[in-house]
Amino acid sequence: MSQPKQTGRDGITRRGFLTGSGLAAATVGTLSSTAPAALDPSSAATPIAFGPAPVRLAFTVNGRPVQVQVEPRVTLLDALRNYLDVTGCKRVCDRGTCGACTVQVDGRAVYACTLLAIEARGKDIRTAENLAQGDTLDAVPAAFVRCDAQQCGFCTPGFVMALRAALDKNPRATVAELEQAVAGNICRCGTYEQMRQAIAQLVRKEG
Amino acid sequence: MNNFTYYQPQSVAQALPLLENRWGRVELLAGGTDLLDRLKEYVSTPERIVSLTAIEGPFREISAIPQAGQPPKVTIGAGVRLVDIAESKLLAPYPALTTAAAQIAGPQIRNMGTLGGSLCQRNRCWYFRDTHIQCLLKGGRKCYAHEGENQFHAIFTQGHPCVIVHPSTLAPPLIALGATAQIVSPRGNRELPLEKMFQAPSKPDQREHTLAPDEILLSVTVAPNLPPGTRLANASYEVKQKVTSDWPLVQAAVAFAIEPGSQRARNVRIVLGHVAPTPLLSPEAAQELEGKVVTEATAATAAAAAIQGARPLSQNGYKVPMLKAAVKRAILLAAGFKPDWE
Repeated sequence: MSQPKQTGRDGITRRGFLTGSGLAAATVGTLSSTAPAALDPSSAATPIAFGPAPVRLAFTVNGRPVQVQVEPRVTLLDALRNYLDVTGCKRVCDRGTCGACTVQVDGRAVYACTLLAIEARGKDIRTAENLAQGDTLDAVPAAFVRCDAQQCGFCTPGFVMALRAALDKNPRATVAELEQAVAGNICRCGTYEQMRQAIAQLVRKEG
Repeated sequence: MNNFTYYQPQSVAQALPLLENRWGRVELLAGGTDLLDRLKEYVSTPERIVSLTAIEGPFREISAIPQAGQPPKVTIGAGVRLVDIAESKLLAPYPALTTAAAQIAGPQIRNMGTLGGSLCQRNRCWYFRDTHIQCLLKGGRKCYAHEGENQFHAIFTQGHPCVIVHPSTLAPPLIALGATAQIVSPRGNRELPLEKMFQAPSKPDQREHTLAPDEILLSVTVAPNLPPGTRLANASYEVKQKVTSDWPLVQAAVAFAIEPGSQRARNVRIVLGHVAPTPLLSPEAAQELEGKVVTEATAATAAAAAIQGARPLSQNGYKVPMLKAAVKRAILLAAGFKPDWE
């Protein structure tokens, strides 16, 4: 990915954007009375335009505040893997289909490949690395280990994050609900049967 | 993907001046599940992306107002996520909508995707999505699906130079329920019946919806107006190749009022999804059911009427009987029949 020439600006202010972009002031002026109120002067300090030069972003990864400077086009997945060395989330299809990049953003399971890093500003990001404290595994990967629910293991971080998010949302989730929770993940090795055994153990444990 | 300037307005009023009066240089971003794919494939190469994710308030909320003797009037902000539609207690009277939302793609997509994105996404034709193919919608001279690989394309093809299927699974139930769309632009607010928000595109300056490039979909409102004393019946039924994480091959959404006593169906609306370039109201099917008691036989007659106009392409004739079954099953589900087909 080529880096454009640095402008030395991480983000420009709304005022700077309105002056610099050549936007016709008349557009704002033609807002009719039925439209929402025109631009709120009190929000003038809030920057709303970022890039195209790299932008400094701050969010939390597995409880640790981090900063990263990336172009607006960089996905959360690439920011985590390539800029922050958080490689638990895997880049497989990069098209929001396979689930290997699944992370939790403010508790919800999402595809990190389909979210711009800039959209994650200020958010709480959890990756598969968060499912171990030293040698102690979280219940979800522990069940995967017991049931041998992986072969090559490349899809595993996505599966365990999707299951963790479902159990965080509803600790009493049923087998059917947990199977639905991993419906957006694909295992090319086909270890689904072992995963079903792991899910059965998780339901008994947490239910 | 190409790089761009990213804008994150805090309100709809702040977002409007960022749009242009032509398509191409600006794209709106909500859940991103459609847009990021298009950016990565260079199908869309905007210079600016206007994110709607920081806009709070009604744009991101579901609100309900009770109506005397009627189901509630529910307004769903365009920024509401699919998972929150599927799980909304306020939308419980509208299972056609909640079950359709619950079946879209997989959980991650439902956690990201929004109502507005479902209604305004671009089509999924593989010729359109292929960077290297100049189809009609990208300024080329022909629609490659007519003579090419068209097993997932439209079966209602008459008069359509481009034979995409409309990709929204929420549009058919919303249209069946008589929903209206609230739209804002620099020229003010406007409201229109949701079925009028869609069109069959055939050139680059047309999208699958009728919003102008400088307009933003604010919300969609469901407010049934049933004959006095009747109760609302509604359902959506879809057939997919895979159980989950797949696009429907066909979808039928139905809504009607049931008279007390006689049990006759009134104000029938039947909408077909994923079979035409737009969500397709079927007045022919509705007419067959209007004033009748829902039985296996009357549902089958309505379903037969729904497929009368179908003109499938070389590879998708299989969709016709599939659609017939979907319409029949949606009617039976709406009327409270227990499904005996699964």
